[in-house]
Amino acid sequence: MNKIIKKGLITGFAWVLTAGLTACGTNNSKTNAANASTATNAANSVTKAPTAKDPVELLNVSYDPTRELYESYNKAFSAYWEKETGQKVTIKQSHGGSGKQSRAVLDGLEADVVTLALGYDIDALQGEGLINEGWQSKFDLNSSPYTSTIVFLVRKGNPKGIKDWPDLLKKDVDVITPNPKTSGGARWNYLAAWGYALDHNNNDEAKAEEFVKGIFKNVPVLDTGARGSTTTFVERGIGDVLIAWENEAYLSVEELGPDKFEIINPSESILAEPPVAVVDKVVDKKETREVSEAYLKYLYSEEGQTIAAENYYRPTLNSVKEQFKDKFPEIKLFTLADKFGTWKETQEKHFNDGGIFDKIYVPGS
Amino acid sequence: MTVTNTSAAKRRVLPGFGLTMGFSVLYLSLVVLLPLSALLFNSTGLSWSKFWDVATDPRVLASYRVSLGTAAAAAFVDGFLGLLLAWVLVRYDFPGKRIFDALIDLPFALPTAVAGVSLTALYAANGWIGSMLDPLGIKVAYTPLGITIALMFIGIPFVVRTVQPVLEDMEKDMEEAAATLGAGRLRTFFTILLPELFPPLLTGFALAFARGIGEYGSVVFISGNMPMRTEIAPLLIMSKLEQYDYAGATAVALILLLISFLMLLVINTLQRWARKTSS
Repeated sequence: MNKIIKKGLITGFAWVLTAGLTACGTNNSKTNAANASTATNAANSVTKAPTAKDPVELLNVSYDPTRELYESYNKAFSAYWEKETGQKVTIKQSHGGSGKQSRAVLDGLEADVVTLALGYDIDALQGEGLINEGWQSKFDLNSSPYTSTIVFLVRKGNPKGIKDWPDLLKKDVDVITPNPKTSGGARWNYLAAWGYALDHNNNDEAKAEEFVKGIFKNVPVLDTGARGSTTTFVERGIGDVLIAWENEAYLSVEELGPDKFEIINPSESILAEPPVAVVDKVVDKKETREVSEAYLKYLYSEEGQTIAAENYYRPTLNSVKEQFKDKFPEIKLFTLADKFGTWKETQEKHFNDGGIFDKIYVPGS
Repeated sequence: MTVTNTSAAKRRVLPGFGLTMGFSVLYLSLVVLLPLSALLFNSTGLSWSKFWDVATDPRVLASYRVSLGTAAAAAFVDGFLGLLLAWVLVRYDFPGKRIFDALIDLPFALPTAVAGVSLTALYAANGWIGSMLDPLGIKVAYTPLGITIALMFIGIPFVVRTVQPVLEDMEKDMEEAAATLGAGRLRTFFTILLPELFPPLLTGFALAFARGIGEYGSVVFISGNMPMRTEIAPLLIMSKLEQYDYAGATAVALILLLISFLMLLVINTLQRWARKTSS
């Protein structure tokens, strides 16, 4: 069969499969509708190539917990851009699981920019030629304008006395974390524990594996995404500690009341760097490169950084950092590159089928 | 009476066969055949031995066991429950019957994820029902039992809606005749009614079963997703997609599809046989 037809069939089916599966998937039916509408909007705006003064529309495909962040940021950016260039810009946002979002873009959702949870999900877009090589050095700080880290959420009063990673190994402690195979965010949780174990066992990989395995032995429910785990911990009352992104933990405490939960900072954790990138193929086609690049660049500005900090993401600009230093306590943080190398290597070693995470659940072990 | 057969042989009873057939084939291709063949193409990215490795991985096998076992159990219970519900709806009149009848279809309309979330809320250890069962040592949420309950919820309309019309069409004469000949109620049920009802029951069972095998949304919340124990096959497909492993995901899906198809085929044959023997 003709190669083009075959490829069309495959992408067509992939759409059906992903759309179908996500539709009955976690809490995403809303995002799918959003995806669909934003997709048509994006397609419509292609018909006419914008000149400098024409209003322009961007689509930012992001992951779940950044919804509030980008709602504020989009307003700030369009005001800034109009003042600078006189051009009106509206930004549509689409949210969902990071991997799902990346697949949607792979399968034809015309995103101008992607702001995802892991570099791995952007690497996948680069692999298919949607994004040029070297995307990670295009913007400062590995293209991660804001960062986060992994902390613990415990019930008020911390009844099990959880202070640090080794406490998660105790027999009577139930740990809630999503499945790293289906959740991008959960991969950071896993790697945070692994990195801590490496540091406390002279970089002994076998000991680190033992340590992480011990933690997952205490996990009674493996949800498919971070929000699912939060529900299990908060609503169902299951587990003694939730391993969560710092910004998610703050949001839970803020929404559910500080009288019920508290945040525990471990002595050491991972610096989670959610990256951003321009989708080269789309912006070249839509002729939106200039404004798309400015959109991501402005995240590093004082205003962008303040908005990130207000939404519980750690700012990277020193002046803003200083301003919010009470909110983000000092934790000893290591990066992915420090301990694990690239995302590709990490994914292959730990999370792909047959990797270390799978071994945790081999029967009889 | 003489009828000239010459024109009748060329003309059919209903006009437009060519056109309707063309449309049917087109729509069937677009909606069913093309996606299914894309499934095949996608898994051709794998060599045969790789395909076999993916399909027979212990964790994948365990997930088939969970999916098939819970789907079969749920469909079986639905068979009994569905027959009972259909019976009540057809044979008795009571206030609110219409509403009751309409309620049966709700599992069709409800997004399955919503069903999953609410069932989990009910059956978790701190939920309404779960908190009553927990002291008795019965854990429902996050066990295969929880998955079975979710699948029962999803499958029940299939049984009710296939049995109901057959029950409605059934003549009462036979039952009355049996009664006048001195047959007890039980005997009437087993010798007169059940043989008639068996084929639609089997269809309902098959539909509920097939639906249960592929069900994702309602199950991921209540199953706990523990590898080797409560991990369903559709979840493994999702987790492979999350690794951009399209070929591996379709390999698992293909096996699942094959199993469902074989099951449906067996049940269809069984049904034909049942119809033949009962008539």
